[in-house]
Amino acid sequence: MKTRDEIAQALGAAGYVADAELATAISLMQMLRRPLLLEGEAGVGKTEVAKALATVHATELIRLQCYEGLDQSAALYEWNYQRQLLSIQAHHGADADTVEDRIFSEKYLLERPLLAAIRRDKAPVLLIDEIDRADDEFEAFLLELLSDFQVSIPELGTVKATSIPHVVLTSNGTRELSDALRRRCLYHYVDYPDTEREARIIMARIEGIGASLSLQIARMVEGIRKEELRKVPGVAETLDWAAALVGLDVRDLHDAPETVHETLMCLLKTQEDRVRVTREVSERLLGRVA
Amino acid sequence: MSCCGVSPDIEDVTELSHLISSKLAAFLRTLREAGFAVGLAEGQDAAALMAAGYTAWPGLLRSAFKHLFSARKSDWEKFDGIFDAFWLGKRVRSRSVTSGAAKAANNPSLKNLPGHPAEPRAGSNAATDQIPSTDGADADRSGEGRMEGASRAENLGETDFRNMADPEQIAQAHLAAARLARAMRTRLTRRDLARRRGYRIDLRRTIHGNISRGGVPISLVRRQRKQKPLRLVVMLDASGSMSMYTGAFLRFIHGVIDEFREAEAFLFHTRLAHVSDAMKERDAGRALDRLSIMAQGAGGGTRIGESLRTFNRWYAARVIHSRTCVMIVSDGYETGDADLLGREMAALGRRCRRIVWLNPMMGWQGYAPEARGIKAALPYIDLYAPANTLQSLTALEPYLSRL
Repeated sequence: MKTRDEIAQALGAAGYVADAELATAISLMQMLRRPLLLEGEAGVGKTEVAKALATVHATELIRLQCYEGLDQSAALYEWNYQRQLLSIQAHHGADADTVEDRIFSEKYLLERPLLAAIRRDKAPVLLIDEIDRADDEFEAFLLELLSDFQVSIPELGTVKATSIPHVVLTSNGTRELSDALRRRCLYHYVDYPDTEREARIIMARIEGIGASLSLQIARMVEGIRKEELRKVPGVAETLDWAAALVGLDVRDLHDAPETVHETLMCLLKTQEDRVRVTREVSERLLGRVA
Repeated sequence: MSCCGVSPDIEDVTELSHLISSKLAAFLRTLREAGFAVGLAEGQDAAALMAAGYTAWPGLLRSAFKHLFSARKSDWEKFDGIFDAFWLGKRVRSRSVTSGAAKAANNPSLKNLPGHPAEPRAGSNAATDQIPSTDGADADRSGEGRMEGASRAENLGETDFRNMADPEQIAQAHLAAARLARAMRTRLTRRDLARRRGYRIDLRRTIHGNISRGGVPISLVRRQRKQKPLRLVVMLDASGSMSMYTGAFLRFIHGVIDEFREAEAFLFHTRLAHVSDAMKERDAGRALDRLSIMAQGAGGGTRIGESLRTFNRWYAARVIHSRTCVMIVSDGYETGDADLLGREMAALGRRCRRIVWLNPMMGWQGYAPEARGIKAALPYIDLYAPANTLQSLTALEPYLSRL
C-alpha cells in the first residue's frame, strides 16, 4: 500500500499531472476497497486516470467499454459454442458425462473483461468506461459483482476472485446512475484543469515545447472555454492543438496570429463553434494572453 | 448512533471514539439533511478514516470525506461548504448553510415558481386578459378513469393549474406531474418489451440452445433489430402569458428528463435555450435554480417562429431521429412573424415523427384557436390537446405509447 504522497509522485512519473484530491481518492480506493466513480465532461481525462493508475500499480489495465445492449456474454464470459460442437461431433459415441465434462471446461470458456479482471494473480486495474451508456439491468448486475467479487457459472461452479481489482468507473452523465451504484463507489468529479496545471500537462505530453508557449496555449484554451460554445474543448483537444503548433514551428502565439486562428480547428469541433469564433474573437482572446 | 461503529481492528480508538461517536454522528445527520445519501457503510468507513489519522490535517480529511460521501456533481460542489461549516468551528454559519440546504432538498419549493424563470411581466400579461375567465369551471368536470399520477394527487387532477393558489397544493401538483412522467416511462418501456418477435435467426444463440441436441437446430432463436426508444423533445414556452403554467410544466419536464432515457428539453420566449443539462440535476429545486439563470434575458412577448428556426438550424439534426416526438407547450401567442412560424413548423414536421402541441388555454371554456401563431401552426400539428390539468397530461400517455 502506498501513501498519498507516493501516489502523487508515481502519478507524476506516469505522465499524469494530478491534482491533490485525486491522489487522496486513489489512496482511499486502496484503503477502503471501494471502486472509484469518475464523472466529468467529455475530454477532461477520465480514462487517462485509469491508465495512470495501472502504471502506478505496475499492473495490467483491463477495459470494458459500455454501450447500450451490453450483456453478460460480452462483459463476463461466454462458451465457445463452435468448438464445443466440433468436440461433440469428434467424440461421437463417447460417454455422455465425459463429453459434458470436457466441453464445459476451462478450455472452452471465453473470458470477457469482467471475468478476466478477477482471475489475475496480480490485481489489475479494471476500467469500466462510460457506465452511463449501459442499461439499468447491466448496472444492477455490475453492482452485484462489485460487492461480492465472485461469478457463478452454472456449468462450472463459482469463480472466486483471486485478487480484487482496482475498479475505476467513468460516466459522462448522459443518464442518471442508480443511487445504489453511487453509494457503493467513491466519487471524484474531474473538472477542466486550471491554467497552470494544463500548462504542466502540455509540457509533460508534448515533446520539445517550451514553458512559455505551453502557458500561452493553456491561457488561450482557458479563454476559449469561457466563450459560449456548443462543445467545449477538452484536454485531448488542447494537446492536439499544442502538437499542431509545435509541428508548424510556432514559438510564440503572438508571432503567428494567422496560424493560431487557422489551427483552431483542433479545438472547435462543430460548425456552429467555428462560425462563432471569428477572426476578431480569436484576436481578442490572443490579446488577453500575456 | 449505530452508524459510527468503529472497526475492531483499529487500535488507539478509545481516545478518538468519543469524538467520533458524538461529532461524526451529527455530521452524518447534517449531510443527510442536506440531501446526501449516506448509509451505514459510509459511516463505518468514515470512522475508520478518522481513526487512521486523517484527522491530523483538516484539508486531507475534507478531501477524503468528499470522495466518500459525495455521489454526484451537486454533492461534490456543496460538500466543502458544509464540511467547513461543521468541522472548522463556524457553527453559526453551519446552522444557516445546512438548514437552507435541507429545505431545498426536502421541499423542492416550487412555491416561488409561478414567477420563476419568467417573471410575470405586466406588459405581456395583457394577452391573457382577452380570454373569458372561467374560474372553477374545470373543477366541475367528473373524473372517471383516473390513472396513477392523477389519482394519488386526489382531486388535484382536475384543477386547472392556474387556479391553484395555495403553495402546498402547488407543490403537490408539481410532485404529481413528476410522478406522472415516471409512470409514463415505465409503461412505455413495458410495451416495448412485449413486442419481441424477430425476423432474423440468431445463429450463435441457436447453436448454443441446441447443443443438447447435438447441434441439430431444432428450436430457433430469432433476433430483431432493437427498436429505437421513443425520444421526447419538449419545447416549453416560458413567456409572460404562460407564467401561470410554467411551474407545473417545468416540473413535468424535469420528471420526463429524469425518467426517459432519451429526452431533450428546450425553453423559449424571445430566444431558444437548450436546458436538458440543467434539467438533469436530480434535485428539482436546484434544477429550477439553474434554469432561472439560463432563462434570463427574456424580453417581452414570444417569438415562437424564430425560436423554431434556431432549433431547426442548430439542434434538429442532433436531437431528432426517426422516433422522435416533439412536444411544444405554448399558448400560441406569437409576437413575431406568423408566416415564419408556419414555415418552420413545416420544416420541423418533415423531420420528426409527430408534433404534439399542448395548449393550456384550450381547456378553458369558449376558447377558439384564433391567435395568429396557432393558426399558422395548426396545419402541421398531429395532436393539438389541452394541458391545463394533470388529467389532461395523463390523457397523453396512450397517444405517446402508440408512436
